[in-house]
Amino acid sequence: MKYIVKKTCTLIITLFIVSLLAFLAFQIIPGDPTTDLLGTEATEEAKQALRQELGLDRPVLVRYFDWLSGFVRGDMGESYNYRMPVRDMLADKLPVTALLTLLSFVFTIALSIPLGIWAGSTRSRIMDLSISALDQIVMSVPPFFLGMLACYFLGNVLKLFVPGNFVSYTVSWSQCLGYLILPALAIAIPRIAMTVKMLRSSIQSQLEQDYVRTSRSRGSSRGKILRRHVLKNALIPVISFLAVSAAEIMTGSIIIEQVFTIPGISRLLLASISNRDFPVVQAIVVVMAAWIVIVNFAADLLYQLADPRIRRL
Amino acid sequence: MIKRILAVFLATAVMAGLLCGCGEATTQSPVASDETTDSSRADQGNEITVGIAQDLDDSLDPNLMTAAGTREVMFNVFEGLVKPNSDGDYVCAVASDYEKSEDGLTYTFTLRDGVVFHNGQSCTAEDVIYSFETCAATSVTSAVVTALSAITDISAQDNVITISLSAPNPDFISYVSSVYIIPKGYTQQATAPVGTGPFRFVSRSVQENFILERNEDYYGEGAKLDKVTYKIYEDNNALFTALNSGALDLVAHLTVDQVNNLSNGYNVLEGTMNLVQALYLNNAVAPFDNELVRKALCYAVDVDSLLSLTAEGHGTKLGSSMYPAFGKYFDPALAEAYPYDVEKAKELLKEAGYEDGFSFTITVPSNYQPHVDTAVVLVEQLKAVGIDAQIQQVEWNTWLTEVYGNRNFEATVCGFDASTLNASALLARWVSDNDKNMINYNNPLYDETFAKAQASADEAEQTELYKQCLEILSDTAANVYIQDLADFVAINPRLQGFEFYPLYVIDMSCLYFAD
Amino acid sequence: MKKRADIFLCTGGAICLITVCIIIMGWFWTPYDPTAMDAAAKFSPPSLQHLLGTDNFGRDIFSRVVDGAGTSFVIALCVVAIGCIAGIIIGSLCGYYGGLPDLILTRVCDSITAFPAFLLALVIVSVAGPGTENIILALGILFIPSFARIVRSEFARCRELNYIKSAKIMGAGGFRIMFRHILPNTLPVLLSTVTIGFNNAVLSEASMSFLGIGIQPPYASLGSMLSDSQSFLYSAPWYALGTGGAIVLLILGFSLLGEGLQQKR
Repeated sequence: MKYIVKKTCTLIITLFIVSLLAFLAFQIIPGDPTTDLLGTEATEEAKQALRQELGLDRPVLVRYFDWLSGFVRGDMGESYNYRMPVRDMLADKLPVTALLTLLSFVFTIALSIPLGIWAGSTRSRIMDLSISALDQIVMSVPPFFLGMLACYFLGNVLKLFVPGNFVSYTVSWSQCLGYLILPALAIAIPRIAMTVKMLRSSIQSQLEQDYVRTSRSRGSSRGKILRRHVLKNALIPVISFLAVSAAEIMTGSIIIEQVFTIPGISRLLLASISNRDFPVVQAIVVVMAAWIVIVNFAADLLYQLADPRIRRL
Repeated sequence: MIKRILAVFLATAVMAGLLCGCGEATTQSPVASDETTDSSRADQGNEITVGIAQDLDDSLDPNLMTAAGTREVMFNVFEGLVKPNSDGDYVCAVASDYEKSEDGLTYTFTLRDGVVFHNGQSCTAEDVIYSFETCAATSVTSAVVTALSAITDISAQDNVITISLSAPNPDFISYVSSVYIIPKGYTQQATAPVGTGPFRFVSRSVQENFILERNEDYYGEGAKLDKVTYKIYEDNNALFTALNSGALDLVAHLTVDQVNNLSNGYNVLEGTMNLVQALYLNNAVAPFDNELVRKALCYAVDVDSLLSLTAEGHGTKLGSSMYPAFGKYFDPALAEAYPYDVEKAKELLKEAGYEDGFSFTITVPSNYQPHVDTAVVLVEQLKAVGIDAQIQQVEWNTWLTEVYGNRNFEATVCGFDASTLNASALLARWVSDNDKNMINYNNPLYDETFAKAQASADEAEQTELYKQCLEILSDTAANVYIQDLADFVAINPRLQGFEFYPLYVIDMSCLYFAD
Repeated sequence: MKKRADIFLCTGGAICLITVCIIIMGWFWTPYDPTAMDAAAKFSPPSLQHLLGTDNFGRDIFSRVVDGAGTSFVIALCVVAIGCIAGIIIGSLCGYYGGLPDLILTRVCDSITAFPAFLLALVIVSVAGPGTENIILALGILFIPSFARIVRSEFARCRELNYIKSAKIMGAGGFRIMFRHILPNTLPVLLSTVTIGFNNAVLSEASMSFLGIGIQPPYASLGSMLSDSQSFLYSAPWYALGTGGAIVLLILGFSLLGEGLQQKR
């Protein structure tokens, strides 16, 4: 319990640092939101007036604490560009990225665990070698290249799907989900390869343990040992690896949303950075960071729940 | 091929939407046979899906929107008292008639009967006056604000609005068209715009789509389509991918490479972008403060070869700050003022004391691929005369601040257009004390000629003076002028009536389905 | 298991050797000038003249891939070097001495990791301007935490070992212990971290260039080429395939090598 409290505190501190960093980052990036809002024809007076309207003429720290107190109360400010509340924009875009992450995570688990178990328990040398070779190759393909390959072969050659023709979940959940399958796979496949590799070596090292030999000598069947004992132990490191994957899948979506033109928060983030739309960037950075930090925290917890031996450390 | 298309352009020298056969990409059968073609392809109903390469991430308030892409779409929603047509003339819109006094100081507009705003309110003379006042006070287009500041009085009597000016302005009517008429007291323009145009705003979904519907109460002929959905891609590659898959009915501003790569049956129309693309040189920094160096650069750049590399020869050579849509002022001869001549360029460089060449940086906004492509070719061409150019791509925002605002650059490739349909918008910026004079061009002769042109009330004389301005720019090699880019539009073959405008707009109201 | 390690080491080594040789050859000679344009040869499919075909400016893709791979390679190498050296210094000090500085640095590292990496890179590149050096700097900084963390945990583990304790009793100084006694022991772990780090660096550079904040045209890196090729995916698929294939090959070689090293341990 004490551990959880301590961890939660560091979690909040980390988020605080991240939000401050993000805020400061935009003080040093060249470019001013007003130039983008007013374009090439604007006069200096108009820019000054807008700066005042947006509150950009106040000191950085004042603005930061203003923003922070608003954020804590659930008010994320108003987008400079779109002139709408950031909260509404996030509420609109977050489900898309969440869905993509979730889908990709589900794929990773659903495919990697059976594959990993099978790969770990196979006794054929050749199978073993070819699985690990395949693993290495798949891990070497960057997700965005995988996405492009998918667009080309499935979209253009086989005409199984229309790249870029995203359907919003507000229109149809099923069509939205259907469009997200490929991008989710593009993110998941390298992850799957990593998980399979990990699970396989974890199972193999468990199989070499003394207790396996002991149970074998007692006459238990290999399959039974595998199911009863080995898997339980072998899955422990994999569980926390998978949890960490959930964080990395989220980051991976930045580039995949770009390749497949999915209007999620990562795309919004990129556009907002180049528009210098600070309130939006700020909110998204904090949301993403929160996700990463929380997931890492959960990974820690899971790890300890799964293996009580670590708790004392 | 290159020569022929160029000849066509130079001969017409006006904005004509050329229907051009572009290889295999032209008319094949419509994609209806393609099973994967999405339902959004407007086979059902009288609606179309248009792909656009940038989000409408602006305020939608007509006085606050700045992005060309936003203006392009909102042209269908808003109207002024008069509006431009595809020939570049002004036709009556919210006004049913207008008159200009002999001395050019008084304009009288008669408000059209039965003009209704999209929110159901009818348009009154009061709204018109409100619109002019709001525009003068808040517009982000400084040229319009300046023009409107000459208004000494604006008053209404029943349906007649009278505007008095302190000095005559031959371009005044073009500025009137930029004053969009909006309902008085309506405060939601930034997110839910209300105008009088043939289409009304329905909804906007950030980075996804932007929907317009036919304005049923439109006074005129109105739109023929019921609904236009703009799908936002924010990325040319993605836009092209979607287009190629047949999910879109209309996409404008394609490059020739994209057109050649189109494999689905679209009609391809060719126009020009109406902008002056050039290698803009900062005349205040060495070595570009030396006219000889600038001239050397002009000789060193082979525009024909550039066009053939970037656009298979499509595009119009310019030679000065004017594009052919302004037939009155555009002089094709200027485009030939500096023929490609490496030896001459080297000689000039030697004369200027840069025998061994020099190096400089071209800062290019990264959001517009044709400018980047042009820069890439320029770098290669300049190598031949010993000039080592580097490309630095910057975000649009950084470009606006650093290059356009602070003039902190050596050279840049970009395009200037005339947001209002008059030539002075293109020429005013090179007057030495103009605050938009990004290149620090400083030429007393030019300032004088331009001032004379502005003051002139005689149209023929004014045209002559503007032409002189263009010649001065060419003679002093103010910039390395390159081209007016070719603008390709891919359109569903069943969709008819597309018209190119001499402005950066697409008029959706003229489109209709042929059966 | 040893046999598998050998196979991985051999194939990985062979692929690395070939790619590195081609890259080095590319610094002196490529079949065509990587930036030379040829309007007549736009979008030629792969042939004997152009092994991987040509791009939208008629430039030879093979020459550009070789050139771009060189850029990516050098960037990745420098990034790993920065991350590794800074990571060792920070990690060893934190791990060995512990205490408040350790706590603070760990927290900062955590925050950097929680920060969307792309944003951080963008900030650095925006401030310093795009260019090879600045990408190296940006990515290098991003890579410090991962190295620091591993070194730190190794040092924290070793600190408690008996031979270190006895070295301390014998009066060896802190730096001597850290760099003479502990560091060599962390080498195996460090080595596989370096190969993984190298691959991540290649990937990150490619991602950044893919998003347009990396290498500036007309120079190419594999990522920026892949990004360009996306426009011509349907008409000139060889552009994307050749470039993407090169990235896969570059990464595969080092990941096999790293895997082999790891299994050999």
